[in-house]
Amino acid sequence: MTFAVTILAQDAAPAAGWFMPGKGILAITLVIVAAAVMLSILWARAGRPIRIRKIAGLDAVDEAVGRATEMGRPVLFIPGIQDMDNIQTVAGITILGKVAKTAAEYDAEIEVPTTRSLVMTTAREAVHASYLSAGRTDSYNPDRIYYVSDEQFAFVAYTGGLMQRKRPAACFYFGCFFAESLILAENGNSIGAIQVAGTAETTQLPFFVASCDYTLIGEEFFAASAYLSGEPDQLGTLLGQDLVKGLAWAAVLVAALLATVAAVTGHEGLASFVNGARAALGGG
Amino acid sequence: MGRNAAAVLASIVGLVMVLTAFARPLEFLGTAVVDWFNVLAAIAFVLGGANLLKMNLLKISARDAGWGYSAVTVSVFLITIGVGLLKVGAHPDPLHPDVALSGDKEAVGGAFWWLYEYAMSPITSTLFALLAFYVASAAFRAFRAKNTAAILLLGTAFVVLLGRVYVGVLLTSWIPADNAWVSWLRLENLSGIIMGVFNNAGTRAMMIGIAIGIAATSLKILVGLDRSYLGSSD
Repeated sequence: MTFAVTILAQDAAPAAGWFMPGKGILAITLVIVAAAVMLSILWARAGRPIRIRKIAGLDAVDEAVGRATEMGRPVLFIPGIQDMDNIQTVAGITILGKVAKTAAEYDAEIEVPTTRSLVMTTAREAVHASYLSAGRTDSYNPDRIYYVSDEQFAFVAYTGGLMQRKRPAACFYFGCFFAESLILAENGNSIGAIQVAGTAETTQLPFFVASCDYTLIGEEFFAASAYLSGEPDQLGTLLGQDLVKGLAWAAVLVAALLATVAAVTGHEGLASFVNGARAALGGG
Repeated sequence: MGRNAAAVLASIVGLVMVLTAFARPLEFLGTAVVDWFNVLAAIAFVLGGANLLKMNLLKISARDAGWGYSAVTVSVFLITIGVGLLKVGAHPDPLHPDVALSGDKEAVGGAFWWLYEYAMSPITSTLFALLAFYVASAAFRAFRAKNTAAILLLGTAFVVLLGRVYVGVLLTSWIPADNAWVSWLRLENLSGIIMGVFNNAGTRAMMIGIAIGIAATSLKILVGLDRSYLGSSD
């Protein structure tokens, strides 16, 4: 509490302090999120049960890779079109590790074209680790994880051609996507592949929903690695996220009520508080 | 050992990046780390270029399906690098007219500029334009009224689309605009309500979930709970 008050006080007098002006609320939110997640991890480590709802898209990974194996066709995985400094790419690579392990166990061929050479290197490491843990290092082929182009549409042109020529039976799109999302997903749809997508780009989600069999919407995408691993530590983070979401829900409800009361009663103090809170949270 | 060292390094750098967002004295470190990343990414370009050449040359030599495209890719790749490095057609720098390769390779009129303006740019625009056809085919599939949810989606989309074009405005222009009880039924207003209230609320709910997910995922990496991106230690 003292910490929060200090930060808010420094927010009020930005010029003198070491603390960046206007970041007080963000710092407090960060501390709350970190505390909730860490406490939830400790809760899970203590062996307490955590129930997690079914995510159909992730349950379909085995089915999709199995289908590719039966049909003798490859599995295509695209970890978005951004570099490793994007958290969505990191989340995508984590899921790639799980998909690659399933592919290694089923002896299916996995193909990973990338738009950044750093992503290629990281993806190779993740896939190699998966093949190693599946005991199938002999099947690992680093040449199936390669760099295509940094250019968005050059990458799409290549990947579209690849889909039409190799006709992968399963296509996974996990990462940061922009306008190319629909072109990729429609190409995959046209060849009859099972398609699973996940992204945090809200503008691209409708395209994936329209063209893919399963789509992980927003937070589901970040929950995927925990869901697939089933490890208590990872599942604990999901509980922490839910706690913070509950707090956010309560905050929205209280703020909406206060704003409504301020508007109906014309109470100036309340209206000023609501406007101040909105401004502090970066709202208009 | 190597994997642990990498995880510790990732944690330290990640923590520093978090602190730079809040602590004024550490602000310079944030800029420095971004510069380091850019240097690393520039070096990785060489790795990417070498991999591109290797993969495409292998495909050409094995006469794999689509090897002709690989031949085009390799040719264009080498031409672009050559043109850029040798600054073909670039005008000399007015300040140093006698110095070789002093001109700007991207200046108007140079071969590099020409390649971008008359090859790269039109090809990119063409591919982007293809999106219209993909949107049409995806919409045709998504808006088929096969169940209640699909019918609702179709109806909502119809209202929103109509509300954004003049025909839609014309269709409900007979509803008085100055009567607050019925004016919301005008298609342009109904479309605005759907987008501003229902769509906005849904999008914001998703964005809150995404933001929390990003924070939790970053935390997992910072404390070393998630190391899958580091690969194997063997």
